[in-house]
Amino acid sequence: MVPISYYLILSGILFACGVTGFLIKRNIISIFMSIELMLNGVNLSFVAFAAQWHALSGQIFVFFVMVVAAAEAAVGLAIIIAVYRTRETLNVDQVDLLKL
Amino acid sequence: MAGAVNLLVQRHPINSALSLVVVMGSLAVEYLLLGAEFVAAVQVIVYAGAIMVLFVFVIMLLNAGEEERTKGSRVAMLFGIPGMLVGSVLVGWVLIERTGTQTVSAGALPGAPRTIGWLLFHNFLLPFEVTSILVLIAIMGAVVLASHPDSDQGKKES
Repeated sequence: MVPISYYLILSGILFACGVTGFLIKRNIISIFMSIELMLNGVNLSFVAFAAQWHALSGQIFVFFVMVVAAAEAAVGLAIIIAVYRTRETLNVDQVDLLKL
Repeated sequence: MAGAVNLLVQRHPINSALSLVVVMGSLAVEYLLLGAEFVAAVQVIVYAGAIMVLFVFVIMLLNAGEEERTKGSRVAMLFGIPGMLVGSVLVGWVLIERTGTQTVSAGALPGAPRTIGWLLFHNFLLPFEVTSILVLIAIMGAVVLASHPDSDQGKKES
């Protein structure tokens, strides 16, 4: 028997780590992984609440979040590859022009 | 709870992807403890499998090295870490204050794939179809974006 607040605190920690990584990382791929981390934290809280209320809709929603995250990862990594082709860098500080 | 510890490892190098895999795996175990078998399986397959392979592949493709410290990164570090600490302390405090001590027993809810599947194809059929279309569009977009702009001969190379 684990109190639900433990799960929520863990998911909050995951989300905070994701936000921190998003802020302090300067590599596009690392920033992207931080976003995945945030999504995972939210998923954990979804599943914890679903377990608390005995409602399966939460798990269904987690499934949809995962699908959207997969699509987002595919498109985002494609964008990263395209950016790298034109800029030859992965540092977001050097990618500050919309047009080369 | 091991996932939170593993996250602190993640701060250092570019192979943070590997520690992210560890986090995904421990989250899957967490879901299993909560009784959400289907979500745990999907977590392992989709996240630890597909997405992380994609990440590692791109990292190797672009041979991303150690990230260099720039001015912007130092400024972000200055504001980011205290902000994160304050935010997480605030969230933890509110959670501890507000939530009662309801406990979730291990394997509390029947998250078997059978029930999930039934629900998915009856009550949530429309969102399911919409996500399928979304994934299709994402695939097309990824292919278009990743292919060379100078049409045919580039496509054969990559």
